[in-house]
Formats: sequence, C-alpha cells, structure tokens
Amino acid sequence: MTGREIFTRLNKVFQDVFDDDSIRITPATTADDIEDWDSLEHITLISAVEKEFRMKFKMKEVTSMKNVGEMAVIIAERATK
Amino acid sequence: MLELNYPFDSSYIIKKKKSIKKALLSENKSRTAKKIAVFGGSTTSDIVKTMELFLLDNGIEPVFYESEYAQYFQDAMFPSEELLEFKPDIIFIHTSQRNITNYPELTDKKEDIDAKFDTELGKFKAMWQSIREKFRCPIIQNNFEMPLYRLLGNRDAYDIHGRVNFVTRLNNAFYEYARENEGFYINDLNFISADYGLRSFSDPSYWNMYKYAMCFDAIPYFAFNTANIIKAVFGKNKKAIALDLDNTLWGGVVGDDGVDGIEIGQETGVSQSYYEFQAYLKQLKSMGIVLTVCSKNDHENAIAGLNHPEGVLKPDDFIIIKANWENKDRNIIETANELNILPDSIVFADDNPAERAIVRANVEGAAVPEMEGVENYIFTIDRGGYFEAATFSEDDLKRNEMYKNNAQRNAQMASFGDYGEYLKSLDMHAVIDDFIPVYLARITQLTNKSNQFNVTTKRYTETEMEEVFASDSYIRLYGKLVDKFGDNGVVSVVIGKINGDILDVDLWIMSCRVLKRDMEFAMLDRLVERAREKGIKTIRGHYYPTAKNNMVRNLFGTFGFTKVSEDETGNTEWLMETSSYEKKNNYIDVKLNNE
Repeated sequence: MTGREIFTRLNKVFQDVFDDDSIRITPATTADDIEDWDSLEHITLISAVEKEFRMKFKMKEVTSMKNVGEMAVIIAERATK
Repeated sequence: MLELNYPFDSSYIIKKKKSIKKALLSENKSRTAKKIAVFGGSTTSDIVKTMELFLLDNGIEPVFYESEYAQYFQDAMFPSEELLEFKPDIIFIHTSQRNITNYPELTDKKEDIDAKFDTELGKFKAMWQSIREKFRCPIIQNNFEMPLYRLLGNRDAYDIHGRVNFVTRLNNAFYEYARENEGFYINDLNFISADYGLRSFSDPSYWNMYKYAMCFDAIPYFAFNTANIIKAVFGKNKKAIALDLDNTLWGGVVGDDGVDGIEIGQETGVSQSYYEFQAYLKQLKSMGIVLTVCSKNDHENAIAGLNHPEGVLKPDDFIIIKANWENKDRNIIETANELNILPDSIVFADDNPAERAIVRANVEGAAVPEMEGVENYIFTIDRGGYFEAATFSEDDLKRNEMYKNNAQRNAQMASFGDYGEYLKSLDMHAVIDDFIPVYLARITQLTNKSNQFNVTTKRYTETEMEEVFASDSYIRLYGKLVDKFGDNGVVSVVIGKINGDILDVDLWIMSCRVLKRDMEFAMLDRLVERAREKGIKTIRGHYYPTAKNNMVRNLFGTFGFTKVSEDETGNTEWLMETSSYEKKNNYIDVKLNNE
C-alpha cells in the first residue's frame, strides 16, 4: 500500500469521525489542528482507524503517536486490508 | 433508522455517530423530552452519545446529566444543587465489577466474606435509598459482569472465596431488590457481556487506557440494551408483530409447494429452525404480544399452511389474518386500525427485502427488522428489544384474549341494526372508583402507553403515581369494564387536581379497545359525583394536541363543557359547572370497589 493510498483512506476516516468534509490531513497534522479532536474523540478515531485498516495499535503507541505521520507509519507496517 | 436497528454495524455507529445524530435531528418527528442522569463508575462519554442515538430513533429526546468521572456514589448520596435542579426523569447507575472494592481474599473466613458482601451490597442499597428520597424517580442499575480471571479455575464459581461466586451472589441480591421494588430495573450487563463474548468485552486495555468498563466496539450493544429499558419505561414498546408466512413462518411457498411441501417440524435442520421460531412467537403471544399475519397468499392457502400438523402456531393464535394480494403497507395500516393501535406499535417480520422496503417507506414508525436467514430470526426479534417487559401486569397476560373478544363483539355488532341495542346486548358492568394498590402498576402503565385517547399526554412514573395516590389534593378514578365476552381489565384513568372549588383535569385516558361503549360517560358521571362531594363548582378540562391525540380534540365538547380559550398551538381550555350536570351513561351498570 502506498503512502498516498493510506492518506486518502485515513482522510476519509477523519472526515467521518469529526463529521467535517473539509478536513485535509497531512503527516504534520496533530490534535491541535482539528477542533473536536480531544482525548475522548481520540478513542473513537483510533477505533475507526483500526477497523478501516484491520489492524491494532499497541497500547503505548496510542498515547505516544505525535502526529498523523507517525500513525501512517504504523499503519503501513501493520495494515492487513 | 435502519442503521440503528438490530443487528447493527457497531463500528459504523461509533464512527458516524455525529452525522447519524444530525440526520435524526433533521427528521420531522415528534419526540418526548426526558431527563436522564447517568451516574458512572467508569467513563460514560461514548455510552451516553450512542444511547442518545437509539433514544432519538425511538421517539425520546434525551437531556443528559453525566457524573464527573467515577463519582456515582457521591452523586447518589450527596447530590449537588445543580443535579437536584436537573430533576432527572430516570437515573442510570453505570457500575461494573471494576467498582467492586471488597473482593474476598483466600485467607478470609466465611464471616469475613459475609461482612465484605454486606459492605458492597450496603453501599448500593444506600444509594438506591438515597435516590428514592432525593429524586423520587425510576432507577436503572447494572448488574455485574463476570470477573476477568478465575483464580481458583472452575472452583471460582462455587467456592465462597471465588470472585465469580462473589459477583453471582451480589447479582442475586440485586435481583431480589428489583423484584421487591417498583421503579427499579436491572440492566443486564452480565448477559450483554456474555452475549458479546466476555474476553473481548472486558479487554483490559480499554479500562487501563480510557477507564471504560468495556471495549469500544461493545458500547453500541450495551447502550442499545440500556435504551431499550428506558423506552419501555416511557411506554415506547411495540404491541403487535405482523408476520409474513412463506419463508418466514415456514420454508417454501405454500401456494406452489402445497401444504405437504412446506418445511416446518422436526424433519430437517431447516424445518426445525422454522419450528423453533414459531415456538418463540407462541411464547411472545403468551406475554401479551399480539400476533397477526400479513402475507401475499390466497386466504385458504394461508390457513392450510397454518394448520400444518407439525407447526406450533395455528390460525387461532392470530388475532388478524391478512392473507391477500394487497400491498403490505396497506395491510399493516388496516391491521393497526382493526386493533385500535397506532401503526408505529407494530413490528413487521418478512424475509423479503422488497416488502420490508415498502413497509419502511410507507408506515411511519413501524419497526421492520432485517430478517435474513431463518437461523437468525429469533435473535433478530429478541435482541431487537421491541417487547422489553420493564413493567409486566396481569393484563399483559390476558391481552390476546381481549383482542379475540373484541373480534367477537365486532361480529355481534354487525348483527344489530341499532347501535344502542348492540350496546345493551353486551351486558356491560364497570367498576369505577378511587385507585386501589393492586391496580397501581397497570394504571401507571396505561398513562405511559395511551397516546390516542389522551387529552394531556401527561406521563407518570411509578413513584409519581404513588405520590398522587397518597395525596388528598386529587380526585382519582380508574375504570374496569366487563361484558359478556370477557373482562377488559382497567381501561380508563382520570386524575383531577383540586384547586379550591375548581377541579383541573390533569389526565383523562382510555384504552382504544373500549371506544364507543359509553365508558367515557360513565367515568364522567362518577367524576362529577366525586367533585360535588368535595364541594367543587367547576371542572376545567385541558386539551394539548400531539401528533396522535386528535381523536379527543373535542372530548370535553361532547361532555358538555364550554371552550373558553385556545392558543396558537391549539391548546384548549374548557369549563363545566358541576351543578347543571346530568348523568350521561345509559348502558353500563357501574359499581364501586367493594360492591
């Protein structure tokens, strides 16, 4: 799977979870860039990403990912779909 | 909304909850507002957000109060001003086995364990007691799911030191309390977690990272189950199930395959599955759910299929059989009319997606579950929670009999030229008097279920009804009607609030199955009689229009009241002097409680 493909699919997940079609994520995007992205919505986001790529984040990854780019790296390693 | 019907896609709901909520709110649908306080022993955020979707979908517009993280005990025992002012209509205590703090140790003696048990149970009983005193509203309490591990292996189940044993014991004590206290409902977390799969359900990473008592994907199932209790408590249950025949109640097409060719009975796995589904429906019927048929078939073929010797259900089990070639949406609406219920009280079960789509599109509010694969039918109906028995009265058990009697009455009516002669022939006897304790549950249930013959649509919880029952400032009447075809049970309730020499009619409801029988006049006769005894000069009626109660828009007019005001939303106020009233009931012989 290419990085571009991951970002396209990831972007759709972000749009669904935050119910905002104007969201355009980049590797540098963080929680500060998206208004509704708080600690509670983070769980929804993680859960939706896991479903989309049929993979699991490890517990310590969930709290240590710094931006969308780091998330995409883990997805690239582990995605099964 | 189809996405919220069981069986739903839980991750879809989680991901799209914001847009689902928007879509629900943009529906032009009337909903009852309810205030729900959630006292959490773990994180409740997404549970509440998901529950909101299911409630909105079922005609309830919830406003939530959520405890600060894990402050359930404090909120129950020492509620803040803010919480008291919130005045919840219902309180949901969301605790789990994560909140048990006094588990037995292996070194404990029996007395130690009993003491720990008393401490744990005592904490909960104190909360329930405090809520009863401070909030006087119904309580939904989770039981406990099974623990994460079994230190003693299988022995954990029966050894008093085992956590499995301890949790089971607490659950049983909760159930005992639930049996003895009205307005207290157990949310069966233990069943939901087992149904989901305990290992995934209790995935500890969700507790350790987010302090959720369950995994994220299980939240919609849990919230759905909780919402089912809430909607049952507030009278949103379904009353009837309309069933297709071919490939729904049996395998095959009776018109093509013949009675001998359809699959039902013990012969094959498939025929056994249909047999089990029929047996399940028969049990639904025994708890008062009305069964009807809605099938595209020649009538005689339908009857022949239902008379299959290996089947469980017989033609007699159905109150109405619509086997014809009309569109099914029309048949469903006619069925509702004949039963005197609203079409949104019906569940329509059909294996054919095209028929489901037609009914979904044209019968607003009817539940149309996805019936796919006979092996799933029972789960689809059962887990759908359409018939959650939050309250359950004697009358529920007898309901089918009552509908059957009604069908006989209609047949008799057709044989009379004059309606008055027909009413006389029914030989009607009523008891109309002040409430008595044995009927309180039924009376409360009626106030929550009646939508059509209901002038104010005021709902009462069991606690509120007990308050009305205990107070001197009300005139209360219930009416029970018996005729030669059978006992209709409690069919009407009137509550008037005494304000000096004026009586305000807070509630006037009647079951639609006794429409046009003079019962409303018999109730009015007694009301005026009681009002006069209390020195009431004027009775004031109120009518508040809803989407469903147009039937009683002019009820007070037919009673001889004068309309004195009407506002822009159609609310009307009516007055009648008690001095000039003359009795109106001509056909019912009316008695008192002890006569």
